[in-house]
Amino acid sequence: MNGRRMGEEVLEVAGLRVVARGVGTVLVDDVGFALRRGEVVGLIGESGAGKSTVGLAILGYTRPGCAIEGGRILFQGRDIRAMTPPERRALRGASIAYIAQSAAASFNPAMTLFEQISEIPVRHRLMTPAAAKVEAIRLFSELELPDPERFGDRYPHQVSGGQLQRAMAAMAMAAKPDILVFDEPTTALDVTTQVEVLAAFRNLIREHGTAAVYITHDLAVVAQIADHIMVLRHGRTVEHGTADQILREPREPYTRHLVAERLAPHRYRADIVGGEPPLLELQDVVASYHTLPRVIDGVTLDVRRGDTVAVVGESGSGKSTLARVITGLLPREAGAIRFRGETLPPRLRERSRDQLRRVQMIYQMPDVALNSCQTLYEIIGRPVRFYFGRPRAQVRARVRELLALMDLPADFIDRTPPELSGGQKQRVGIARALAAEPDLIICDEVTSALDQLVGEEILGLLRRLQDELGVAYLFITHDLGTVKRIANKVAVMLKGRLVAAGDTARVFAPPLHPYTELLLASVPEMRRDWLDEALVGRQRTVAAVRNAQIELAQ
Amino acid sequence: MLRLIGQRLGLGLLTLVAASVLIFAGTEVLPGDLASAILQNTATPESLAELRQELGLNRPAAVRYFDWASHAVVGEFGRSLASHREVVVEIAPRLRNTLFLASYAAIVAVPLAVGLGLMAAIWQGGVYDRAVNFATLLTISVPEYLVGYILIKYFSVRLGWFPSLANVTPDTPLLSRIWLTFLPMLTLVLVVIAHMMRMTRASVLQIMSSPYIEMAFLKGLPKWRVVIRHAFPNAVAPIISVVALDLAYLIVGVVVVEVVFVYPGLGQLMVDAVSKHDVPVVQACGLIFAAAFILLNMAADVLAILSNPRLRHPR
Repeated sequence: MNGRRMGEEVLEVAGLRVVARGVGTVLVDDVGFALRRGEVVGLIGESGAGKSTVGLAILGYTRPGCAIEGGRILFQGRDIRAMTPPERRALRGASIAYIAQSAAASFNPAMTLFEQISEIPVRHRLMTPAAAKVEAIRLFSELELPDPERFGDRYPHQVSGGQLQRAMAAMAMAAKPDILVFDEPTTALDVTTQVEVLAAFRNLIREHGTAAVYITHDLAVVAQIADHIMVLRHGRTVEHGTADQILREPREPYTRHLVAERLAPHRYRADIVGGEPPLLELQDVVASYHTLPRVIDGVTLDVRRGDTVAVVGESGSGKSTLARVITGLLPREAGAIRFRGETLPPRLRERSRDQLRRVQMIYQMPDVALNSCQTLYEIIGRPVRFYFGRPRAQVRARVRELLALMDLPADFIDRTPPELSGGQKQRVGIARALAAEPDLIICDEVTSALDQLVGEEILGLLRRLQDELGVAYLFITHDLGTVKRIANKVAVMLKGRLVAAGDTARVFAPPLHPYTELLLASVPEMRRDWLDEALVGRQRTVAAVRNAQIELAQ
Repeated sequence: MLRLIGQRLGLGLLTLVAASVLIFAGTEVLPGDLASAILQNTATPESLAELRQELGLNRPAAVRYFDWASHAVVGEFGRSLASHREVVVEIAPRLRNTLFLASYAAIVAVPLAVGLGLMAAIWQGGVYDRAVNFATLLTISVPEYLVGYILIKYFSVRLGWFPSLANVTPDTPLLSRIWLTFLPMLTLVLVVIAHMMRMTRASVLQIMSSPYIEMAFLKGLPKWRVVIRHAFPNAVAPIISVVALDLAYLIVGVVVVEVVFVYPGLGQLMVDAVSKHDVPVVQACGLIFAAAFILLNMAADVLAILSNPRLRHPR
């Protein structure tokens, strides 16, 4: 575009090797690929695969404590590794720009968006401040940000997550770079927001003919945007090919596994029949925070023994607040919560020990939900002692039993959480909940901090435990794929209200509530033309959701 | 945000009241009361009782506290027992001197400490960083009177650049005042600089591990700009509170320096008053010190609130 030839090679990475100094761990080894103008390479893999490390290395940057030890990174024929620090600085932002996963964390909270966006062209002496401002406004309107003239006067905390992610794209494009590095740029967004942002990124790349490296763990996302896909695992290349080849005819077993997992057909779980009364009944429950009224607004919901009820919705819809209300952490304002027929007091303090024991929780982040100074014996043994008052030897035996149930080795009993992997920590979280021998476990986004394959294992474990113990789950998630696979009932939340609830097969079959339709239509699929189709149907659905919301409010 | 600031101000006021109670109670438990202090050796049981009646010392402590506090609010602290002059007249020139020295030291120390701290953060782990850390640690570890005497030995005895006695009178002109108080100022600066400098360095370095700092580097900005433009504005809140503590120290804790340089400040006056059992002066000095301390910390809290963009620019 504008004199730049399409198809000319802008980047060549060969034999890249990055190590963590000190410990000497090899983070990336022998990775190489080439990138032509107008082309998008997708880097895919689980966490720890070295995707981000490769992305940062393209800018000649490594995280503190790491170093590029080998290989070539040629930008338009010049080796970035051989450059002086000022030469490398001149390249960053101006010729190769970076778009980070969390815009909320990557924008400086103390500076306006304009100040941060114009900083690249102005500091690299490519534009005057006035020209940079004009360019920023142009990018804002191109990215369909509201009120482009004044959007940049705001501070990062004053705009929504999706807008901020697009503002980050504007920042990256501010100096018209040759290469964009996208590092999981939509992972932190809600599924409905992701579609818009993804479309905005794709248009940007196409309009400007910029080359891009797109890093993600989601094959369906990369299918929409990449020409080539490179699969990484443990810092090494597993497979590298065109997007069509990787998605349709993956050669390596690992790639096949990834693709198969994503394409796995889902059978809706049959509903459990039986006339027994519900375990948990919510009736017109209302709850508010000090600053936010009616975060939960008239929710009515039943959970029976052996049920898996999924609560889905976007961030801010009140899913996690619902969990806090059921457990009594946030007292309800109105409505009733009954458990095994008896009314639960609103406050945690007013509940009996037995009432507390019967409802347990598993959390999203096992890292912060487990005390890293305690051994697994202390963590899992505490509820055993607290609820059952067993003597020491019996507590130890019970903890061992629970570890075995979680498929964790018995000698883990004296280890502390930092010695375990993410999936193992989540198993400890499950064991702690089960130690109380509860009737109901509330699972709050328990797989979203885990890698796809590890998350699958945890879901499998939860299902097995349900078959063996008959425990019911209230499963809070934003991932509709998970819902379809494990839940026999689903409740769709929008702004504190339930817009649809019932058997999964029924809720997810026509006629759909417009919001359910929007959610379902926003889940990326592996088909390469999915994004185009999704965008076509989207406008009508969004309008329908808005009407439904107005009706609800009345 | 206004509510937050209002809360802080209210809390500060409450603290001041609590401090005034403590000061009053403190002078109350001292052996002997005002009457015995006035009469000293001439006291007989009858004259004591008479004077107590006259001064209202027989009234309950709470009543006397409110009497004292309500006068203190309008600046009436009664008369000094030693000089029989109004306490306010006694204190005013001393307070002016103390505030002058404190501001002088603050104007030099704060920018210097913040600047040194920022440079230490930019060259973290380098020779400069280590040198400045070592040097400031040294000056804070040596007792301030020793620092004062060392400065006198070199700058006034050996080199003769500055006087060893900070002999100021109310009509000393500003320039010679600055010259006369140079060594006490330098002593104070050396004592407080380490604290502020290390806090600046530490809070900037803590911000340096944020994702938006990595982003700033990936935008191709040089390190000095990342530190000063991106990290420092987010690190000011803890720096402000340390600066406030040090400024309060400059007003409240300078007695030793005043004695070394024979500087007629408030600290010396208070020490004299304590030894003479001059209760009204002690109470007034105590209250001024408490007010300075509370006021500066309150100002720091308010500034820290103002430095938060989320509070300054609500959604």
